[in-house]
Amino acid sequence: MPDLLLDVQGLETQFKTPDGIVHAVNGVSFGLKEGETLGLVGESGCGKTVTVLSVLRLIASPPGKITAGKAFFLGKDLLQMSSEDIRHVRGGQIAVVFQDPMTSLNPVLTIGAQMEEQLMLHLGMTRKQAKSRSVELLEKVGIPNAKDRLPDYPHQFSGGMRQRVMIAMALSCDPQILIADEPTTALDVTIQAQIIELVKRLRNELGMAIIWITHDLGVIAGLARRVSVMYGGYIIEEASVEELYAHPQHPYTIGLLGSLPRLDSRTHQRLFSINGLPPVLYAIPQACPFAPRCKWVMEHCWKENPMLEQVSPDHRAACWVDTKTGRSRS
Amino acid sequence: MSANNDILLQVENLFMHFPIYRGVFRKQVGVVHAVDGVSFDIKRGETLGLVGESGCGKTTTGRAILQLYKPTAGYVFFNDTDLTTLKDEEIRFMRREMQMIFQDPYASLNPRMTVMEIVGEPLVVHGIASGKQIQEKVEQLLEVVKLNPAFASRYPHEFSGGQRQRIGVARALALQPSFIVCDEPISALDVSIQAQVVNLLEDLQKEFNLTYLFIAHDLSMVRHISDRVAVMYLGIIVEIADRNDLYSSPLHPYTQALLSAVPIPDPVSDAKRRRRVLEGDVPSPVNPPSGCRFRTRCWLADKICEEKVPELRKIANSHAVACHMV
Repeated sequence: MPDLLLDVQGLETQFKTPDGIVHAVNGVSFGLKEGETLGLVGESGCGKTVTVLSVLRLIASPPGKITAGKAFFLGKDLLQMSSEDIRHVRGGQIAVVFQDPMTSLNPVLTIGAQMEEQLMLHLGMTRKQAKSRSVELLEKVGIPNAKDRLPDYPHQFSGGMRQRVMIAMALSCDPQILIADEPTTALDVTIQAQIIELVKRLRNELGMAIIWITHDLGVIAGLARRVSVMYGGYIIEEASVEELYAHPQHPYTIGLLGSLPRLDSRTHQRLFSINGLPPVLYAIPQACPFAPRCKWVMEHCWKENPMLEQVSPDHRAACWVDTKTGRSRS
Repeated sequence: MSANNDILLQVENLFMHFPIYRGVFRKQVGVVHAVDGVSFDIKRGETLGLVGESGCGKTTTGRAILQLYKPTAGYVFFNDTDLTTLKDEEIRFMRREMQMIFQDPYASLNPRMTVMEIVGEPLVVHGIASGKQIQEKVEQLLEVVKLNPAFASRYPHEFSGGQRQRIGVARALALQPSFIVCDEPISALDVSIQAQVVNLLEDLQKEFNLTYLFIAHDLSMVRHISDRVAVMYLGIIVEIADRNDLYSSPLHPYTQALLSAVPIPDPVSDAKRRRRVLEGDVPSPVNPPSGCRFRTRCWLADKICEEKVPELRKIANSHAVACHMV
């Protein structure tokens, strides 16, 4: 598959805990084309962050362990690379922006020092070159008086500005893939809008592919081209954005969309709530992991875990039930 | 004082300033203008939504109303009693009528107390029940918030975030209050759990005829639950209106920007929207801008906005806005 920039196949990640082995990611496969934006959606604990951290080999081991799968990036399997090689990919060709801009910067180093370190390490620049490149990058992400801000410490920046710095750092080596792990969750809505506009602009200018991880179906609607919904360590539905929001198939996706009050709705409806709690998987489930919370549940759902299957062109879902008719799919 | 019997809570010119001290002698060097002259009222059985970004003073307003902070100036009339003049003992008595649900279900429950002790504590403090009665009442309350009464002997860490928030709701209901300040009750919860808690709050409101002040930054959720909505910016209310008016025809530039920043979970209607992205950050409440506080980020700002503070004035029957340009 030459047109895929990143091709993840059958990824499985487990964590050893005092209570037993937690199966965080259970055979996740997805592909990312060049310049494409993929949304990875799910609630806390569904495995969305662990998936991308596994791909980048950023899982602390122990307790974590990648037990199966492949992740091809430009023809090479990231999961088999030497730790020296993967370090060049990380922060270089694949860059990450994390959720919390308060904790992902080092509080005792200046912004300048942190940015220059990366440029000197990855691109072999001199201090002077790194400095002028840092100013350039900060200007690109919209930080006023960039040159005067280099000697400032992270606490002198606001949350939104810190996230801009993180994005500038991520972009410093011209990555082909930007992984954004809930980058706007800690921010206010007006600042969130600023960051989203910034990312859209940078995407158009630089043409990188983006994996945007979020729990917010609203954010992803205006940003991604394709969306994968995760639940209990599985991708349970994937489709183009238009298709997913217009014709959600999986009961969980339907439930998530129904539980959001809409700013543009005309009537007051009671929110659709999904009963129960997301699962913590101490064993590979024999049944569909969503079955205990599902209102369409059938007998077969308890016997076999459904695989992702095509339900319409460019749309796959993992569910035994055709939620349109309420009958079995087979 | 209000003669209107429909009105449960009336807030008049509420100020809440926090002094900043510096140096060995703890000299006062400045003041945080957290709440800077806020007035509104809430009718019986109504839900007033209070929205704004972090640091705008919405939580401080809620706490100052309940006298958890002693307001710097202003009046809070609850059932025609001015809470700001009451002694501590009298305020404690009034708290039977007004309770609070907190944002963080992890920090707001004592990890060393069982659910029975947490929910039963208000009953003990106010001497409403004792002994066996407490257990009965707590079990009733847990049923009301749809938790299994058999869980009463468990500790908070054994519950999920949504269940903990239900415990917080049960505690707030223990004294059968008529007014509850809900301070971001769902922002720490997962999406599918948020809907559960919001539905519960709506059911309880109907069942017990509760009045809510619903503080949140999630504008879609505030629209869903509120009858009227007030928008705060840097310690003042910039616009207050009936829910439908505010969301269909927002007048203040800040409200417009805030609404346009909310993502809509639908790619088709999201693409049709015109976005207004505000520049810059919220200024510091230690030294707020002169005149209109929003002028530093406003695209309509003119000379008058710098010189004169815009008053919150009535535009229509129940729609008021503080802007020179409207």
